[in-house]
Amino acid sequence: MTTPLIEIKNLHASVDGQEILKGLDLTINAGEVHSIMGPNGSGKSTLANVLAGKEDYEVTDGSVVFHGKDLLDMDASERACEGLFLAFQYPVEIPGVSGMQFLRAAINAKREHHGLEELDAINVMKLFREKAKLVELDLDMLKRSVNEGFSGGEKKRNEIFQMAVLEPTFSVLDETDSGLDIDALRIVADGVNTMRDPERAFLVITHYQRLLNYIVPDFVHVLVDGRIVHSGGKELALELEDKGYAWVDDEAPAAAAK
Amino acid sequence: MAQLMEPTNLYAADFDRLVGRLDGAWSHFADARRAAFDRFNELGFPTTKHEEWRFTNLQPIVKTAFVPAEPGAAVTTDTIDHLAFAAIGGCRIVFVDGFYRSDLSNLADLPAGMRVLSLGEAADDALVCDHLGRYATTDDSLTALNTAFAADGVVVHVEKNVNVEQPIHVVYYSTAGDRPQVTHPRNLIVVETGGSATVIEHYASDETGDIFSNAVTEAVIADNAQLHHYLLEREHEQAFNVATLRVQQGRDSRLESHSILLGGGLVRNNIHVEMTGEGAHGLINGLYLPHGDQHMDNHMRVVHAAPHCDSRQYYKGILDGSSSGVFTGRIVVNEGAQKTDAVQSNTNLLLSNSARIDTKPQLEIYADDVKCTHGATTGQIDEKALFYLRSRGLSESAARGLLIYAFAHESIDRMKLEAVRGIIEKLLVHRLPQIELLEGLL
Repeated sequence: MTTPLIEIKNLHASVDGQEILKGLDLTINAGEVHSIMGPNGSGKSTLANVLAGKEDYEVTDGSVVFHGKDLLDMDASERACEGLFLAFQYPVEIPGVSGMQFLRAAINAKREHHGLEELDAINVMKLFREKAKLVELDLDMLKRSVNEGFSGGEKKRNEIFQMAVLEPTFSVLDETDSGLDIDALRIVADGVNTMRDPERAFLVITHYQRLLNYIVPDFVHVLVDGRIVHSGGKELALELEDKGYAWVDDEAPAAAAK
Repeated sequence: MAQLMEPTNLYAADFDRLVGRLDGAWSHFADARRAAFDRFNELGFPTTKHEEWRFTNLQPIVKTAFVPAEPGAAVTTDTIDHLAFAAIGGCRIVFVDGFYRSDLSNLADLPAGMRVLSLGEAADDALVCDHLGRYATTDDSLTALNTAFAADGVVVHVEKNVNVEQPIHVVYYSTAGDRPQVTHPRNLIVVETGGSATVIEHYASDETGDIFSNAVTEAVIADNAQLHHYLLEREHEQAFNVATLRVQQGRDSRLESHSILLGGGLVRNNIHVEMTGEGAHGLINGLYLPHGDQHMDNHMRVVHAAPHCDSRQYYKGILDGSSSGVFTGRIVVNEGAQKTDAVQSNTNLLLSNSARIDTKPQLEIYADDVKCTHGATTGQIDEKALFYLRSRGLSESAARGLLIYAFAHESIDRMKLEAVRGIIEKLLVHRLPQIELLEGLL
């Protein structure tokens, strides 16, 4: 039996004293793409932020094992160095820090964590050029302050570019598709598809089925009120699109009772 | 306002000794000197009851028995080289404890059309006779005190249409004496019509010793002329430093003033600019970085006395430890100074809960067709940005360092002189966590 890449058990998490995740279980193996869908307020973004290590969220119960290590015991920086990546729903603007400075610092923080030598400026540029092609990103954008003045689509492409550069083993995409036009959506999906390989896994969080036409998941889960109430193959996404979340809401008590 | 201040008889004996020592070259200034000393005695040191000094308490200076510094301290070229950044190049004039030191200075390669002199040696130069004391008024008691004791400093003279690219580096180095020492550096910069100059005024000191530098720089920028002025405060963290820059701007002239305050225990940085010619442009840029118990007070005053002038004040503070900072910025638009375009902005980053900033942007407008904006903000490190950086693998301290660096960088970017910019970046980075990481990025 293979060891899962990430194993989430009975995860409970609150923000400002209000419980959002109420016993979430999810196991993802290397090589798999999972999608989580769910209505607004079901806890999708909370899950993404809890996994990335945002301190505003308090984990009150449960466990998360990542690469055989206790993920909840690591701070956000360590999680990233260990191979976790969160593509933000709302990427943050950082005036005064250029994309190049930022990413170079990130690459070398990760390399230092793994006892590797620093990547020099020339090789960093080589890597940037290679990955920028992947997401059709103009390298000049990296000379500008991180995300500052970027359009919505540019911000999301920049997230995927960072993912490509940092080569995480587990990437969480938090509503990366929201608000994207079809061209940007295609670019984002291509970026993810190019990176799919037996060593890596993805958790694609989305509100809409549309993205899953481009990034075809192995498994689809439906999150309602802080718990996964339904899991299935890629067909589930289509069924949801047809019937709406009300359908799974009806199913929910049955799933919870299991 | 005089009644708000403490009357004083301080320094009378020191004053008489100075007057006795100065030779005939200073006779043209004798009356002004005497008047300034009387004025100082009448005003006394300002107290915190004085509106312009509300947040800066000078009692530690008043209570210390400062004596005038003596010449002849043993300082080697190595010491000065080490702190004065050979990389900047250009000419250098060095003052130790306020006295000109030709042995440490290098004025051999001055370009034609430019003079750099010691005021002590050129007290009766025609330029000095014409300009000294004309701009820095003695309404302010510390300026009056400086005028009373002015005996040395730099005189920079750029002739008509002479453009000097290389900076003149003026170093004020203070040594530690047996007793608390005071110096009153007095500088005069005159850039004639169409000329341009860059002057770096640099204060540094030994690691210890009670010192008080009370400096006044008068700068005249004639029509269509330019002055780039850098003030770099790097004295040790118990030093007292009051530096006043008083600028007179002619028609279509350009001032770029950059202040970088890193050192000093109690620092007051006065920048007072008067735009008397139409179409003058002033950039007043500053960065103050107190930590520990340092106190840094920035006092700006820009007077638009002619139409079509524009001024830009950008001051940024990064405050750590239990340090404190002050920003007082006043834009005065005189009657008739129509089409004034003035911007003033003060932004602060507080890195600790015990750091404090008092900021007071002010407008005083007597014309009706002007554009003036001002604003001040104070905040802490943006937690969202911090998390974003950490989520990519940067450690908390590296992420913090990068955000602080980014905050400061806007100020540094405004500095035109690349060599200076590089040095400031290095000095700044050494104040931040995760130095190694940041140095690799620059």
